[in-house]
Amino acid sequence: MPAQSHPRGPSVAFDGVGKRYAGDVRAVDGVTLTIAGGEFVALVGASGSGKSTLLKMVNRLHKPGEGRVSIDGEPVDSVPVHLLRRRIGYVFQNIGLFPHMPVGENVALPLRLRGERYDEARVAELLDLVELPRALAARMPDALSGGQRQRVGVARALAAEPKLILMDEPFGALDPLTRDTLGRAVRKLHDRLGLTTIMVTHDMAEALLLADRILVMAAGEIVADASPHDMLTGKGGAVADTLVAVPREQAHLLSRLERGE
Amino acid sequence: MNQAFARVPDLLAQHILLSAAALLLGLAIALPLTIWSARRPAVARLTLGFASLIQTIPALALLALFYPLLLLLSGLMGGGIPALGFLPSLLALALYALLPILRNGVTGLTHIDPAVIEAADGVGMTARQRLWMVEAPLVVPVLMAGIRTAAVWTIGAATLATTVGQPCLGDLIFAGLQTQNWTLVIAGCVASAALALIVDALLGLAERGLRHRRKGQVRAALALLALGIAVALWPVLPTSGADKRVVVGAKGFGEQYILARMIGHRLEKAGYTVAYREGLGSAVVFGALASDDIDVYVDYSGTIWTNQMGRTETPPRETIVKGVGQWAMARHGVRLIGALGFENSYAFAMRGADAKRRGITTLADLAPQSRQMNLASDLEFLERPEWAAVKRAYPLNFKSAQAYAPSFMYHAIESGKADVISAFSSDGRISKLGLTVLGDPRHAIPGYDAILMVSPRRADDTRFVAALRPLVGHIPVDAMRRANYMVDRDDAQKKSADTAARWLEKQTGLSP
Repeated sequence: MPAQSHPRGPSVAFDGVGKRYAGDVRAVDGVTLTIAGGEFVALVGASGSGKSTLLKMVNRLHKPGEGRVSIDGEPVDSVPVHLLRRRIGYVFQNIGLFPHMPVGENVALPLRLRGERYDEARVAELLDLVELPRALAARMPDALSGGQRQRVGVARALAAEPKLILMDEPFGALDPLTRDTLGRAVRKLHDRLGLTTIMVTHDMAEALLLADRILVMAAGEIVADASPHDMLTGKGGAVADTLVAVPREQAHLLSRLERGE
Repeated sequence: MNQAFARVPDLLAQHILLSAAALLLGLAIALPLTIWSARRPAVARLTLGFASLIQTIPALALLALFYPLLLLLSGLMGGGIPALGFLPSLLALALYALLPILRNGVTGLTHIDPAVIEAADGVGMTARQRLWMVEAPLVVPVLMAGIRTAAVWTIGAATLATTVGQPCLGDLIFAGLQTQNWTLVIAGCVASAALALIVDALLGLAERGLRHRRKGQVRAALALLALGIAVALWPVLPTSGADKRVVVGAKGFGEQYILARMIGHRLEKAGYTVAYREGLGSAVVFGALASDDIDVYVDYSGTIWTNQMGRTETPPRETIVKGVGQWAMARHGVRLIGALGFENSYAFAMRGADAKRRGITTLADLAPQSRQMNLASDLEFLERPEWAAVKRAYPLNFKSAQAYAPSFMYHAIESGKADVISAFSSDGRISKLGLTVLGDPRHAIPGYDAILMVSPRRADDTRFVAALRPLVGHIPVDAMRRANYMVDRDDAQKKSADTAARWLEKQTGLSP
């Protein structure tokens, strides 16, 4: 599964994947689906629906109780876990920058794990990619704003040029404006670098605006699987309709306000 | 005053080496345990529980426990493990240093932001990379705070290593306490407190440097510490002529300090380099001699007869001395050179007026009245077989029995806090305080001739033995009493043990 061989990102397949927690709670229940290479997929659902658990089975932060996850047809447990993770970009809500390293070292860490020396030019390139000033490389993470930190998180995830990016509520803790700009930036990177992106979010509007395909999860199962357009036009099924109703209603109200009605 | 501080540099060097070695050993044990404990809560409960348990044992007791433990181990291994001195001190203090390091380390590791750990896993670090690149740098400042606490504890507790025969600043404190030489006590306290403060300040500097990622500051602080250890190591490095170095042992009271100096003076004159190991407990000192940790000391025949040999009968004094000599050579290769000429027996004593009023002259008279009286003893007596033998012979039943350091025992009877004391017959304070010594008509207490004992290593060293032989039979009890009183009094005429030894040498014609 060498990333370089793909002009676009790899495909990801879930085959009868399930996981059960103590007390017989089913976190994920018999999920079978394939995400095509190059897709930007949003995984939407209420908290506790199992969407994060499903996502983290791809980079083995969670282990499925049954079934199998594979990337480009190769089971994820066929390689040592640290090697698997080095080929997958991972961005999550709490960011997890290393507080004892300057921003530049944080960004370059995946390269260091590959045995490369610190490369100032490469770090500058990565900071450009996420639209951060290069001067930030020398700062410590605690001197950055929340939005800047998550941009650093994205830059770190992209450093080793992975073709598959997993994002777990990546913009959950950011203010709406930062959220919107960062969302657009990520989508732009997805297109420019030809990635496969799976993003977990509880915000249907965000999912509709960024993704090519939306998967809705409830009680561990996929209850809807449709493009944003189909979702908005009622082809996603009952659960999807309820979820879509809120942003659609808000959008209508906003445009009415705008028209002065 | 100057004399007290003259001994500080040497003992300070020993103190630094012992503390540093114990702290480093403690670290070496604590660090892997810390990592293991942080990964598994069950292990953490076990290790932290064990370390806390160790902490509840008084440091003095922990040191003392290592003596029989190492003795047993040495026996199982066929000898060769020193049970006294550096090794037991090192082990006990290292165990003592575990808790603060372990506790801070485990707390630090388990309180790292979970997001940071998730990120470390997410970018594909192996467990080892996560430890070195992320966890270690984040936990080091917290760990350093623990190391700092451990260092201060270790330096303080190391003063107790004196009791197992390891030279350290405690030598000054213990010797000062026994002879009421407060200058010595202060010299020991000031030196060890200053050492603790300096080490704490340097480690604090390193800790702050780590917190604020100032590498230069950390390096400077650690370099100063390393320099201190190196300087302390300098005089201790083995020098040539090791077989000319001898160690004179002494138990923890004035008479022993004086006799040790007399022995030392004679050996110095014979060309030996002499070191003193003072304040050793009665039980420990014979073991130290038998294992060549010390080369010579003065014991009392009855002590070995009852304690080491476990005998309960009390034959005439000469028989006991002879019996002890034969037993010591046969069982331990220890040579008894001879008796010094005086006896220092356990002697029950009362205030003179009090004894007259109650009509008590012997232990037999004391027994029926003992219910209304308080006993003060030295620190060991109540645990010794002699006390059991006395109680078997006389139905004594005191209102209370309290153990004191010898000087304080005399204060207790002087002030009326105690009515009877387990005095020493060669003690100058008996006559000075006007005490009446009670007779022992049933011969429960054996003879206590002062005897010169030599280690197996020196038993056949003719020059060594010849240097000491003139002491045999040359010290009468009167002279010993007066010398003892020079050291044991606590007024302006108080003299150092060395001065008293020189006086006694003149008095007995051992030196011109």
